[in-house]
Amino acid sequence: MARLDVEIGNLKLKNPVLTASGTFGYGEEFADLIDLNRLGGFIVKGTTLNPREGNPYPRMAETPSGMLNAVGLQNKGVDYFIDNIYPRIKDIDSKIIVNVSGASTGDYVEVCEKLATLSAIEAVEINISCPNVKQGGMAFGTSCDGAASITKAVRKAYPKTLIVKLSPNVTDIASIACAVENEGADSVSLINTLMGMAIDAERQRPRLSTITGGLSGPAVKPVALRMVWQVAHAVKIPVIGLGGITNGTDAIEFMLAGARAVQIGTANFIDPTVTMKVIDEIDNYCQRHGVNDINEIVGII
Amino acid sequence: MKKYLKDFSVIKSVRLSSDYGLLGLRPSDGSDLPEMAPGQFVEVTAPAESGVMLRRPISIHDVDFENNLLWLLVRNAGKGTAAMISLQPGDTVNILLPLGNGFTLPDKSDKPLLIGGGVGVAPLLYFGKEMSRKGLMPSFLLGARSKSDLLRIDCFEKVGPTYITTEDGTEGEKGFVTNHSALTDGWTKIYCCGPVPMMKAVARIARQRDIDCEVSLENMMACGLGACLCCVENTVKGNVCVCSEGPVFNINQLLWQD
Repeated sequence: MARLDVEIGNLKLKNPVLTASGTFGYGEEFADLIDLNRLGGFIVKGTTLNPREGNPYPRMAETPSGMLNAVGLQNKGVDYFIDNIYPRIKDIDSKIIVNVSGASTGDYVEVCEKLATLSAIEAVEINISCPNVKQGGMAFGTSCDGAASITKAVRKAYPKTLIVKLSPNVTDIASIACAVENEGADSVSLINTLMGMAIDAERQRPRLSTITGGLSGPAVKPVALRMVWQVAHAVKIPVIGLGGITNGTDAIEFMLAGARAVQIGTANFIDPTVTMKVIDEIDNYCQRHGVNDINEIVGII
Repeated sequence: MKKYLKDFSVIKSVRLSSDYGLLGLRPSDGSDLPEMAPGQFVEVTAPAESGVMLRRPISIHDVDFENNLLWLLVRNAGKGTAAMISLQPGDTVNILLPLGNGFTLPDKSDKPLLIGGGVGVAPLLYFGKEMSRKGLMPSFLLGARSKSDLLRIDCFEKVGPTYITTEDGTEGEKGFVTNHSALTDGWTKIYCCGPVPMMKAVARIARQRDIDCEVSLENMMACGLGACLCCVENTVKGNVCVCSEGPVFNINQLLWQD
């Protein structure tokens, strides 16, 4: 077995496979089906200061090789997470990262301050890229100034590993990545979903209640791979790649393009055991290619 | 109830009409079927040639523990389900199961009516049989557009009294389940699965007559596990996942006021 452990700032992962926020619940939903302890880590559902009901149904539409979602950050708020969910998952032997979203800088800071007190949460992923909320979300992530200001504020308040999740719905993602790196982010993860739309021609209606939504799944992989490669060449901090990964080969492609770790998202819906297969396939790839340490292949393209 | 991800071999595939198919499935690894409750569902991977990516939620129609067979009644509702009903014995499908909560059993003193419309009759067969096994007496009220859309009537008739309606009057009483004469028969518990307008109409009648009523929803789903939050229904508790907190809801949990 090759060495698969990687580091994202101070966060040490036993392997580079994480699950993407919003696609894996709080991990426990998958406990019957996989060994959660084998994951490098899992990133729990986008968490906000106050509870959010999210957007009206319908929130999902399947599209060729992908899906649109418009969940809109439904969650019960950070206090509920801390009191009710955290105690149930904190002893899983895998890194737990909380994805954080907010409508204002103050929201992000307050949520991160609360999370900083939890010993089993060693990192947060700041979501400045949700396309499905009216306030905050992607509005912060589509300008260098917005991305920088959130990062700066959270950095002051949060001492542990700070990952910033970037939106692909921008002209130059590398410049946004540089902006958050300059303000002290430990890592960037990309890509969040691509803004898209689906129409039911027979009913002459949009398929989502919000009209537009976020596209994910294999359809976005080439775009994600390109952006990871661009960002990895622009920043020195570790990059976490995601977007349409469904197997070990996809994961290796992201790592070759410069990702230190990867996230599996939509593929969890297609095969809830996919993460285990990706870990095995990465190891198998290393053996076939004589790679002793997965870090050797990161960013060789 | 513990969830499993398993390959199943198609043992029987019966085309009931151009739009409906019946699949008899057995775990490919020779294992026994897992425990499953009536009203629960499974998520089936559509055959690759359909080009469909996400699993499709399908009601558990019947479970034959003696022969280790899981029966699914599938309506052709698009590319994925069209490919499913074309599966043949020897084919393999991957299934995530069992999912969701299931129906609540009535009390011994209850007089339960199980109302199904179209392919919504599917979960009522396993539920009715389970009731019979427990000494309860289910009756069925089954509706469809036309005689050719009535599904599995002979199977229901073996389990309990079965009343039929068709919109065009080609079988049973003409009209909708909500104006069938049997509906006034003093039922104390109603279970309903079918198109949303039908379930809403049944729920309205149940509320008017103060009859306890459960309905089974089929919102569009992705994960089936309560993780993606795509299939939500707005309830008295806010938006909840139909896949994990449903698919069966008591109507007093739903915001169906029309």
